[in-house]
Amino acid sequence: MNLYSLAFYFLAFITIASAVVVVFSRNLVYAAYSLMFTLLSISGLYVLLTADFIAIVQIMVYVGGILILLLFGIMLTQEQTRVKVKVNYLYIGITMLVIGLLGAVLYNYIPFVTNDFSNINYKNIPNAVVPGTSTIKQIGSSLLNQYVLIFEVLGMLLLIVLVAATTIGRKEK
Amino acid sequence: MSDLLIKLSVASLFIPLLGFIVVLFLGKRLKKLFLFEVVLLGVNTLISIYIVIIKLAYFPAEKFVSEFTWINFASFSKYVPAVQFDLGVMLDNVTVIMLFVVNLISFLVHLFSIEYMHGDKRYSRYFAYLGLFTFSMLGIVLTHNLLMIYIFWELVGVSSYLLIGFWFEKWSAANASKKAMLMNRVGDTGLLLGILILFTNYGTFTFDKIFEQIAAGNLPFGSYAWLTAAGILIFMGAVGKSAQFPLHLWLPDAMEGPTPVSALIHAATMVAAGVYLVARVFVMLTADALLFIAVIGAITSFIAATIAFTQNDIKKVLAYSTVSQLGYMIMALGVGAYAYAFFHLVTHAFFKACMFLGSGSVIHAMHHEQDIRQMGGLRKKLPITYWTFLIATLAISGVPFTSGFLSKDGILLATLAFGNLTGHWLIPIIAYSVAGMTAFYMFRLVYLVFWGEPRNQHKYDHAHESPAVMTIPLIVLSALSVFWWYSLNPIDPSNGVFLEKVKTPNSIVPDVQRFQFMINDKAEKIGEYITHSELYMETLHHFHYTALLMSLVLAGLGIFFATYIYIMNKVNPDEIAEKIKPVYLFSLNKWYLDEFVQKVFVNSALKFSKALAWFDLNIVDGIVNGSAFVLRNISAIGGWIDKYIVDGLVNFVADMTSIFGRLFTQIQTGKVQNYVLYAIFSVVILFTIIKLF
Amino acid sequence: MENIGLNHFLFVSSVLFILGLAAIILRKNAIMVLMGVELVLNSANINFVAYSRFLGLGISGHINTLIVIVLAAAEAAIGLAIVLNLYRLNQNINVDEFEELKN
Repeated sequence: MNLYSLAFYFLAFITIASAVVVVFSRNLVYAAYSLMFTLLSISGLYVLLTADFIAIVQIMVYVGGILILLLFGIMLTQEQTRVKVKVNYLYIGITMLVIGLLGAVLYNYIPFVTNDFSNINYKNIPNAVVPGTSTIKQIGSSLLNQYVLIFEVLGMLLLIVLVAATTIGRKEK
Repeated sequence: MSDLLIKLSVASLFIPLLGFIVVLFLGKRLKKLFLFEVVLLGVNTLISIYIVIIKLAYFPAEKFVSEFTWINFASFSKYVPAVQFDLGVMLDNVTVIMLFVVNLISFLVHLFSIEYMHGDKRYSRYFAYLGLFTFSMLGIVLTHNLLMIYIFWELVGVSSYLLIGFWFEKWSAANASKKAMLMNRVGDTGLLLGILILFTNYGTFTFDKIFEQIAAGNLPFGSYAWLTAAGILIFMGAVGKSAQFPLHLWLPDAMEGPTPVSALIHAATMVAAGVYLVARVFVMLTADALLFIAVIGAITSFIAATIAFTQNDIKKVLAYSTVSQLGYMIMALGVGAYAYAFFHLVTHAFFKACMFLGSGSVIHAMHHEQDIRQMGGLRKKLPITYWTFLIATLAISGVPFTSGFLSKDGILLATLAFGNLTGHWLIPIIAYSVAGMTAFYMFRLVYLVFWGEPRNQHKYDHAHESPAVMTIPLIVLSALSVFWWYSLNPIDPSNGVFLEKVKTPNSIVPDVQRFQFMINDKAEKIGEYITHSELYMETLHHFHYTALLMSLVLAGLGIFFATYIYIMNKVNPDEIAEKIKPVYLFSLNKWYLDEFVQKVFVNSALKFSKALAWFDLNIVDGIVNGSAFVLRNISAIGGWIDKYIVDGLVNFVADMTSIFGRLFTQIQTGKVQNYVLYAIFSVVILFTIIKLF
Repeated sequence: MENIGLNHFLFVSSVLFILGLAAIILRKNAIMVLMGVELVLNSANINFVAYSRFLGLGISGHINTLIVIVLAAAEAAIGLAIVLNLYRLNQNINVDEFEELKN
């Protein structure tokens, strides 16, 4: 029982609990806030995985960007009239069933082999992430050396998305 | 030499056929093509003259035969014997003389027709038909077997049909040709049966082979009765073709055809075919068959002579005289006088053809008037016609110095001997009385046409002698009616050139079936020809002068009575006719035989065919209509089935498909979320499968 | 508790994935569907990083994660623009109402 495990279980619990709230909450805003908690705890999981840069990027982009967007969206598309729609239990039941089956399938694919990861010789692995060190330097250099193409493409993609989003969201005359 | 003669005779057979085909197909376009036909016939005549002279002068006692096998089937089961049909040509004295007669008369008729038929709208076709007829007649004459005779027999019948009905727009002509054909067919049935009896028993059609087998004692079906039957049945063909009683009714009606046709066919050649046929099978005729033949011949000649008394149409008088003379020939064959019968055939051919052509000349001059009551005094206007006609009439009446006298006298003598030796006296009595009657009515005809005052002045004035094309045949034929060609002795022909070449053949019938007088014990053989028995020869000599005197007397009586009534006008014929009115009418109406045949045979045949027509119309058509009705209903039911059941099934399937389709389209909700669900479900299935296998 | 291994993180990731799918399929609001999409993407990210850490795959896992985050951001932006258009059309965001694909 070390801190690592404790932290992990705590964060995992929060993640899953928030996700459950996101899925099954009736209130839209409650769901949005739960999503925020999920994303934050996922970021904590990243830290446990010594992916420090990713953790920071997750908070910045997801929580600070996408979640805000979703909140704006919720705000702008409020439904005035609350139409009582009948709940289709059959549909929900079947969905649960199928989802459950998928879960079982996925569970089967988890390799329950415990590897002893405590003594890995990081010198033998190129580009290895050594715990305790920062990854930002490595990410930066590989982005501009090995993965420069995808880096550029992503840049272009963001530009296009920018233009497209504004075009789509424009008010038609 | 025989080879050459055979080749020439075969060529002579096919030359008229060539003429027929050429003129038939090209005659319309080339108007002068009929001359081609005439020339061909002239060539034919020359060939036949050549053949006759060579044969009779150098090979009088031989028979040239050339044959080939046409059909040869081997026997393929024990019930079906082997069949072999031979076709061939036989040149006999009789054959070559007939060849000459047929060709010459045909040629003269062709010449005559050039002028007589001038202006007719089917001029070329007429000559084509004449060619066809000549071909058929020559076929009958030249052949050596019964099969070919039958084939050409029918061909002659066809040509006669075409020629009698040449002016078929006239109903009477069409009817006459139909009558001729039908009566011929009745006779031909008998002929066919006779031929079949012989073929069944002897397996061959050839005369000589059949006669060999009979001579060897092989009787048909093993009995004399069948031999007699075969002979009589073959004779039935002659009855039809040579217009013997009771099948003589067609010949007077056949006068509807053009006169040259009557001359060729119904005087000289076709009707002689029957006599020729009987002459060919003469050797196998038993005594019963011969008696039957003689009786029929006698009856025929008598009936025809009585009818000829009262006829008023030139051609009808001549027609009945032909029938009568044919009866003479048949009767002569029946009494066993083969040579005289054939002699009479030849002489009759010439003088009868001369008389028919002469009457044609008269008719032509009188602008197609045929009733002798309208004629008279024509001897001044048509001298050549008159003199030739007179010579021919003298010949037929049996006046000495003519050919007719020689032949007729011989026949009468033979009948006398026959009557004396067998006790059948009626036959010579009939023969002599007919001789007298013949003289009478022939001279009646001559007087009414050529003597006396013209009864129709208008026609008389327009009459003129015929052109040379028509008179030359008359002259030639009348010249041939003189005694000189046949025998140097004008009274007794027995040693003459003709009878020297034509002799009665020996009969092959077993002796028990023959007339006693004909069987010879001591005879001198001349080749195959044996003269009659000594008894017979003696009888002939005994009666010779009797017969001669009697025939002279009767001829004279006939001529005298004719002169008495018509020239000297001592007795009015019309008054006599009034006195014996029933007899007169009986004779004028041809013994009412036509009406008899019409009532008994024709009407019943028509009734029968009406009954059959009723059957066909009501019952057969009823069956057809009934089946159509049933079929329609069945198809209606089928249609109902198709409409409701089949279509129902199809519609049902279509409906099911659409129901299922609509069922399945409920999956397509249009909601993307549902589609995602389906996708996840599929992934689950996929992974399960992968995990399991 | 034993040492936290790869499978723990994979378990978390699977649960998140399932929940995200449930959100996509079950929720009627379009914005909720987008939230479900974010959950799914995040579970994939956890997978990437966990494998990168525990199998010694180096930095490529992190790069992938970055790419996915960028793409998620882009997609969220476009998605919201579309949702806004739909709101203008229908005055509500009920996905059940958009049935043009029906049948």
